[in-house]
Amino acid sequence: MEERRSFSDIDGGRLALQRRYYSPSCREFCLSCPRLSLRSLTAATCTVWLVAYGLFTLCQNSMVLSAAIFITLIGLLGYLHFVKIDQETLLIIGSLGIQMTSSYASGKESTTFIEMGKVKDVVINEAIYMQKVIYYLCILLKDPVEPQGVSQVVPVFQSAKPRLDCLIEVYRSCQEILAHQAVTSTSL
Amino acid sequence: MVLKVFFPSCCCAADSGLLIGRWIPEQNSAVILAVVHFPFIPFQVKQYLSEVQKVSQVEIVVLGTWCNNKQEKEESLGKFLEDLGTIFSHEPWLQLSKEKGSKFWTCHTLARQAGTPKEDQIILIYYDQRKAMLSQLHPPEISLDNQPGVITAPDASKLAAVFDTVAKSEVLFLTDRYDDGPIKLSHWQSEGVEASIIVELAKQASVPVCMLLTFLLSFVSGLCRSRIFKFWPLSFIWSKLSTCEQVGYRLEHLKFVFSNQKAENQTQLMRKANIFVSLLLDMALGIMLLSWLYRKNRIGQLADALIPVADHVARDPAGLKMNRALDQVLGRFFLYHIHLWISYIHLLSPFIEMILWYVGLSACLGLTVVLSILSDIIALLTFHIYCFYVYGARLYCLKIYGLSSLWRLFRGKKWNVLRQRVDSCSYDLDQLFIGTLLFTILLFLLPTTALYYLVFTLLRLLVVIVQGLIHLLVDLIDSLPLYSIGLRLCRSYRLAAGVKFRVLEQDSGRPLRLLMQINPLSYGSVIQTYRLPTYSCYPKDSWGSLCKKLFFGELIYPWKQKGDKQD
Repeated sequence: MEERRSFSDIDGGRLALQRRYYSPSCREFCLSCPRLSLRSLTAATCTVWLVAYGLFTLCQNSMVLSAAIFITLIGLLGYLHFVKIDQETLLIIGSLGIQMTSSYASGKESTTFIEMGKVKDVVINEAIYMQKVIYYLCILLKDPVEPQGVSQVVPVFQSAKPRLDCLIEVYRSCQEILAHQAVTSTSL
Repeated sequence: MVLKVFFPSCCCAADSGLLIGRWIPEQNSAVILAVVHFPFIPFQVKQYLSEVQKVSQVEIVVLGTWCNNKQEKEESLGKFLEDLGTIFSHEPWLQLSKEKGSKFWTCHTLARQAGTPKEDQIILIYYDQRKAMLSQLHPPEISLDNQPGVITAPDASKLAAVFDTVAKSEVLFLTDRYDDGPIKLSHWQSEGVEASIIVELAKQASVPVCMLLTFLLSFVSGLCRSRIFKFWPLSFIWSKLSTCEQVGYRLEHLKFVFSNQKAENQTQLMRKANIFVSLLLDMALGIMLLSWLYRKNRIGQLADALIPVADHVARDPAGLKMNRALDQVLGRFFLYHIHLWISYIHLLSPFIEMILWYVGLSACLGLTVVLSILSDIIALLTFHIYCFYVYGARLYCLKIYGLSSLWRLFRGKKWNVLRQRVDSCSYDLDQLFIGTLLFTILLFLLPTTALYYLVFTLLRLLVVIVQGLIHLLVDLIDSLPLYSIGLRLCRSYRLAAGVKFRVLEQDSGRPLRLLMQINPLSYGSVIQTYRLPTYSCYPKDSWGSLCKKLFFGELIYPWKQKGDKQD
């Protein structure tokens, strides 16, 4: 079962949340970030090339122009491969664990899987981010030493940064699965 | 309760039979290792499983039945498989079946105890058996107890148990379908056991080679440790030369790699492999340098270039001519020192080419040795700069202390050594008079001494920075785990940071299907985990304390080696 809705992130950009229900204990949330805009790309390239041309007229060395082209290409490739995240996915499988995937604009995917035994809870936290106060969803991990303590806080959807309405949807679904899993694990 | 079934993806096309594997009750999961095909005698199957259990220390049992209906649905086979459940009793009994042309499987569990069997929710997880067997999870699980195959800690990673099971059941995968045994299995190696001729030959050849090399190395290290090198001047020189440290370090490495003992665990094996590859690369780079250096009489050119450079450095350090009119006493002292140094270099000049030729031969020991020799040569050639720095620093230090003490006298205060603080003190008139006079003299001579100190310190720092860069390069070659990086590049499933799941096509009413893949370790973590330890340590002083020492004229020793006596 698939559903698609659009939300906005903390800066006002458009985000698309796609929910897939595979089974009562397995759900996936896929958040798509706004794509790289042609306008900003053109602006950046033009600035770099104008500066390079200015330097060329000063020192009459054509190496400056080749260097500028090289820098632009390498910079763009690096940005697409290491910085620009296209989609962030949260897959929650009751009794197995929670998996977070970030896919970059160049196609690279980086995945983290946290086993259910280590997950204490999924909560919405508030944080001070620059001059704003934002909400973010995070996973609390159990502390092996202290049973009531929290050893680590893992934030989810770090680069998409959705607003509270989107987070509440995801939070509700996660809590349903965690509750269901807690019930089935204690019933045996 | 959710039941997780880990099914090897290589058995998806196997014929019908029995499923054997391990049942982990704490996690309610069944790890299937192989499929036993018909015809079989149940007694023989039980015997075989108990043998395998004894060797591998993993509790392998019959978990259920697998039915692959290649033709139309066979009713008789289905009934036969159900009856098998009574022969091999296991709780819960799994029944997996696949229809022809359909991707989706039917899974049932039968629980005979506790009255009505309730239908568990089943999750089917496909895994690649070969990759799971060969991969190693990071960070490695430390078992609290020495019993293998037993999960001791209650919060031990669940997936580590799956990997552990597959890795330990290696003996099960050694029979393939060409063996004439009573049991016919299907697993990842059932098409034929994988082996490599080169690896087997290397294993056979390694034993005598290791023995020979261990003998030679023990002979060499015995020679190095003999009594003649322990006398005072020689032992002092050896401790100061970085070449000896590097050669000793490489000798330790060689002894470790070629020792007669097998590596006990995975980390030791990786360390041996890393050291071996690092040594090979070192020697390869050294020999390349050797072949480049000895062509076209480059040694002669190097020797011809060296003497004027040394001369120039000796006469005008940093291009600043020492003005005799400004400071006759200091200038004359330093000039005499330089004169001695120049005559020493001129004495050596006929022999430099020969020395360089023989020293260059040591490049076959490795690039790191050549770099250490270069660093030592720089230290020797600039020894006079070091001496000047010490003289300048001591003089400046004395001047600063004198000035600070006389400044306190000027204000009528005194340093109380007992209380470690400044106290007021009443001086006599003649004490005050002489003190003020001396203060004035020292103050007006301060710019000259400060200038000398500044020049020599800068030169010394330059030499230290050059030596430091060379040591950094040597450290890089020494400590980079090249084998691990190569493994991460070519066989990324061997170094696993964890797993990742992909949800396959679903059908309502059928169990959830997932594909489990190995998530490889990132390059940063590979380097951090497998870095080889090096012998040098980095400066302990922070920038603030360094500047403070420079201002007060205290001597700085930025690159102190481990094991050096603290001065």
